[in-house]
Amino acid sequence: MSEAAPSAAAIKEFTRPPSLLGKSVTGRYITVAFMVLLLVLPLVAWFTGNTFYLDFSTRIICLSFAAVSLNLILGFGGMISFGHAAFIGIGAYMVGIPAYHGYESGWLHFPLAMGVSALFALVTGAVCLRTKGVYFIMITMAFAQMAYYLFLSLEEYGGDDGLTIYNRSVLNIIDIENKVVLFLLAYAALATGIYAVYRIVNSRFGMVVRGCQSNEARMKALGYNTYAYRLTAYVIAGAMCGLAGALLGNFQSFISPDMMGWTRSGELMFMVILGGTGTLFGPVLGAVAFLVIEEILSAFTTYWALPFGILLILSVLFIKGGLSGLIHRGLKHG
Amino acid sequence: MSTLFLIQFLNGLQLGVLLFLLAAGLTLVFGIMDFVNLAHGSLYMIGAFFCATLTFWTGSFLLAVPLALVATAIVGLVVETGVIRHLYQRDHLDHVLATFGFILIADTSVQLIWGPEGIAIPLPEALQGQVQILPGVIFPAYRLVIIAAGLLVAFGLYWLIGRTRLGMLIRAGASNRTMVSALGIDIKTLFTAVFALGAVLAGLAGMLIAPITEATIGMGNDIIITAFVVIIVGGIGSMKGAFIAAMLIGLIDTLGRSFLDDMLKVFIPVNAAETAGPAISSMLIYIIMAAVLALHPQGLFPPKVR
Repeated sequence: MSEAAPSAAAIKEFTRPPSLLGKSVTGRYITVAFMVLLLVLPLVAWFTGNTFYLDFSTRIICLSFAAVSLNLILGFGGMISFGHAAFIGIGAYMVGIPAYHGYESGWLHFPLAMGVSALFALVTGAVCLRTKGVYFIMITMAFAQMAYYLFLSLEEYGGDDGLTIYNRSVLNIIDIENKVVLFLLAYAALATGIYAVYRIVNSRFGMVVRGCQSNEARMKALGYNTYAYRLTAYVIAGAMCGLAGALLGNFQSFISPDMMGWTRSGELMFMVILGGTGTLFGPVLGAVAFLVIEEILSAFTTYWALPFGILLILSVLFIKGGLSGLIHRGLKHG
Repeated sequence: MSTLFLIQFLNGLQLGVLLFLLAAGLTLVFGIMDFVNLAHGSLYMIGAFFCATLTFWTGSFLLAVPLALVATAIVGLVVETGVIRHLYQRDHLDHVLATFGFILIADTSVQLIWGPEGIAIPLPEALQGQVQILPGVIFPAYRLVIIAAGLLVAFGLYWLIGRTRLGMLIRAGASNRTMVSALGIDIKTLFTAVFALGAVLAGLAGMLIAPITEATIGMGNDIIITAFVVIIVGGIGSMKGAFIAAMLIGLIDTLGRSFLDDMLKVFIPVNAAETAGPAISSMLIYIIMAAVLALHPQGLFPPKVR
């Protein structure tokens, strides 16, 4: 193991907290413009009577938030979770189940969604993080399948057929039955989530988690209880994704075990990779690209999955560092 | 009760055999190429559809199976040389994503070619009946054929890997790829052969089950997850582990589904048992996998390599 000692400049580069919006000035403009468009375009569409685009954007925002939470462990912690959709499902059911019993307060739903997701992450993560590599990928998927089958067998809550949420969560200060308000709430949650990830990965805690990604043995040798650090990150990501699920459940007004099937987890992973792992805004970019391409293709043909699958493979083969990497390189050369 | 148990035991064996056919290919491809193939279930589906079409063309299921095996092997060859080959050097994440894309392509292509409906495959008359295996215990003859065929293939694989030159290369490739290649073995061709072998095994599993369940789109997507559970419990890369774990998972899953609620009734109220039984039995194999990994993070029979 004869690795050259990192240069002083490299150490400084690594320890200096990067700005929230990235290093290059043009990159910052692009990021800001992108986030502003994501907020303004759907509202413009709604004011001009195209409610469909507002609905579509709300879905994009919810899934972006889920992708951002996955990125915290996958991109910054090197934990390739193939079961992240479980948290979306759990979050959604934590809205649906209390609502079914007549408890409609959002002050109950959202904390419950985050709490139960965090608990699920704690219990399953404790087992998953004992394993490495493919074993980790597969065991996270297995736990998600367990959750999937659990909700599938809950006949009381619709089982296979799913559960309709007749009234959205009641928050006494805002009314999310209003589509625009729900969209703004989801957007605010996403923005807060990105900022939280920014603060986490640049904190001392985040540094340790990122250190585990590059060399866990070295972090252990430095005296860190890496298992505890990684588990904490896993729980935080789970809780965030649970919140995303609760928002998505509220938006769809209909939830079913399908929300946490393994293909859903695969899609979330893909959004993160497509956008660029370990970047703050990459997962949002990935989710937007993924869902927009899916929507466009499915408008043309019922066989949209065929070109979509080909695009997936091509992007794995040829786009290194995801779309944000592509943009970054474009800025450097162009 | 004991009659029912015997029948369910045989059903469990039959599921175990199918899982082994799938898991053998997965574990070979992973052990030798270090490649995670999520799309392995698509080869299972493609095998079933080829078999369906060829059964109607040739008029005989028995004739269709070998032809469909060849066709599935060709699909495996094309996919490996076209795309998969370029992914071996990438990390597991890229494998998962690219083969995820393959699942979408395979499912949609099958829908384009064969239509959205499932296709039933007629069996020859000799295989249609029931046999009396013990006094008072009758069992479908064809399910026995599946068990026999699967065990035969398991012995064949044991012989292939343990006793032949190809098997020797496979074992050598699994323990040290670079060395095999340095000794002048064409590692590319070996990889292609192994991938095609895996495709044939998966295709065979699909063909064997299709006369019972019909060939349907997405039929591979559920069972492949169970097959992954098998190779993880068995230890990825271990053929022995795959066989033992496949039988174990097949039996536990089948017996759990049929007897768990009765067993629970002994301990908890009948109503609760009837609700909890199906829930727990559908999660049972994942619970077992989690338990195995918690105790042995490398599976039950981790191969001694690298």
